[in-house]
Amino acid sequence: MFSQLFFGYCALMIIVSGLLAISLRNPVHCVLMVLVLFFHMAGLYLTLNAEFLVAVQIIVYAGAILVLYLFVLFLVNLREELHLTAFVPNAWLGRIIAVGLAVGLIATIPAFTLGEKGVWTVKAIAEATHTKALGQEMYTDCLLPFEIAGLILLVALIGGLVLARRDEGGGECGASDDPEPHGDHKEVCR
Amino acid sequence: MIQTAVATWTVLGHILPELLLIGIGVLLIGCDLFIPRQRQVLPWLMVIGCITALIMVLGARPVTAFGGMFLVDGYAMVFKTICLGAVILTALSSEPFWQVFGARQGEYYSLLLFSLVGMLLMASAGDLMVLYLGLELMALPVYALVGMHKRDQRTSEAAVKYFLMGAFASALLLFGMSFLYGLTGTTEIGRIAELIVSMQLDANPALLAALGLLLAGLCFKVAVAPFHFWTPDVYEGAPTLVTAFMSVGPKAAGFAIFGRVLLYGLPQLQNHWGPILAVLALLTMAVGNITALCQHSLKRMLAYSSIAHAGYALLGLLAGTDEGMAATVAYLVIYLFMNFGAFAVLMLLAAPGQSREALDACKGLASRHPAIAALMLVFLFSLTGIPPTGGFIGKFYLLRAAFIAGYPLTVVGAVLFSAISAFFYLRVVRLMYMSDADDPVTLTCSPAMGAVLCVCLAGTLGLGLFPGFLLNWIVAALAGN
Repeated sequence: MFSQLFFGYCALMIIVSGLLAISLRNPVHCVLMVLVLFFHMAGLYLTLNAEFLVAVQIIVYAGAILVLYLFVLFLVNLREELHLTAFVPNAWLGRIIAVGLAVGLIATIPAFTLGEKGVWTVKAIAEATHTKALGQEMYTDCLLPFEIAGLILLVALIGGLVLARRDEGGGECGASDDPEPHGDHKEVCR
Repeated sequence: MIQTAVATWTVLGHILPELLLIGIGVLLIGCDLFIPRQRQVLPWLMVIGCITALIMVLGARPVTAFGGMFLVDGYAMVFKTICLGAVILTALSSEPFWQVFGARQGEYYSLLLFSLVGMLLMASAGDLMVLYLGLELMALPVYALVGMHKRDQRTSEAAVKYFLMGAFASALLLFGMSFLYGLTGTTEIGRIAELIVSMQLDANPALLAALGLLLAGLCFKVAVAPFHFWTPDVYEGAPTLVTAFMSVGPKAAGFAIFGRVLLYGLPQLQNHWGPILAVLALLTMAVGNITALCQHSLKRMLAYSSIAHAGYALLGLLAGTDEGMAATVAYLVIYLFMNFGAFAVLMLLAAPGQSREALDACKGLASRHPAIAALMLVFLFSLTGIPPTGGFIGKFYLLRAAFIAGYPLTVVGAVLFSAISAFFYLRVVRLMYMSDADDPVTLTCSPAMGAVLCVCLAGTLGLGLFPGFLLNWIVAALAGN
């Protein structure tokens, strides 16, 4: 009973803070809402008996990544909002589609049946301890996805570098190349 | 204590082409940093690496590695060949293009290679995890490539749009995958198909919801209507070379996972996804071809035409059989040559400081550069689907596959929209041959660009004149697994 209540609370908070994160105007408030979201995500992991993931979620996401986001926000100094023309002209049309989709998905929940169970039962994990089970699984059965994820991090690093770097020495073109002051100022994208 | 299978070094032999390309990608960054004077070596190093990988892929024996996560089979081989071909053509035309374009970044080549590795992993994915990670590895470098040229406002906007839409599509795909995992308890694609049969899930509404989410995500990735909205802006905003690459490479890889998920993972649901895809294909052809009619920019027109071609390529999937998939793959091979060729001509038109992407840019091209105009003519005829070009053969196979699958109305629609598409493709031909130029321009064609155009021409015409060879190879490869 308690765990169901706890799950309901976490799920509700995740939805509310997620909605607030995309609808608030002040970017700092948005980031703080995402922080709330991450903490409740950690709560969800707790209901799944995944204590190690809880710790990782709080340390890495809430602790490191969000702080990075805040730094980025302070550095880029967003004075005006970026506006993209909406693909769906009427906002209400989009909302109706979204609500319809949500209702449709919720309607399928009663038909949901659980698939076959894996080998790692709660008892087996408790016996082997979390980190050991996770490590063993990650470096044997899930070795390939793990390595690909590492490669994705490398690509994200290079991609971020390419996007953040200013065009230098692009003078061969000479079209509309206004000279940029080469200062310490860094442009941070994404 | 549960023991898991220990990974050994021998397993690396199966992913050798991918490892080679990763190695070259890292090497290219180093080369760009330490020997900046020899920069012209980079594309050649890359082309050699890709050709080596291609030979390895073609010579690989069918095997299942990493506990079913990585499949080396005929299906993977044909898609890997298309992706490698796309990257080789892109690499060859890189140096002339960026010289004209002005921006030069060493990371460009390694990003292209990492994207290629992602595509190869997508083609080989036997597990939803590898499939998704391959997709992200493919997409992330492309986001960076789109936004690389920062002097143009359009490129930044295109990059932001592509990134947001791509992330959204990934989220939908992941949502669908999580449903599948919850219902079956496994992420292995082949095992999912078995469990759907043994647990009698094929009429389960939750599974249908999963199918819907997966279809939406996949349609986003290959730009099928009504999930195509990002395509024209992104294709127009990106540098032409990146657009050319995006319209052939990642699209082929997208179809690879499309086929892998539907044909190998959810074959029991064919009576559900078949009709849905038929409607989507028809809608895509309608949107792509009709909107392309009223474009004034050649690049934007080609963007809409690539949407329409995604619709044609879907026709092969409808039947859910290997023969139908073979038609799609054959079309993607032909499309690689003809679409890249058309974009290569567009790249030739560009001059320093001027992009010359408007339709008027090709006015009177035939009188000044008859060879380039003739090449463009062949590519446009092929895109329209006029014999004896490859485009005709490809479309013929696709229509036959859709007809056999039992969708005669879709076939009629496809023929109709194909006829409509003739209008805007042939309008370019009319401008090239029957109009006088506004301002005479001279185009320079570097040897590398010439080679690209020759390969594209040979592919477009060769596959049109001797189509049996290609289809036999693909059918044999798909049946061999």
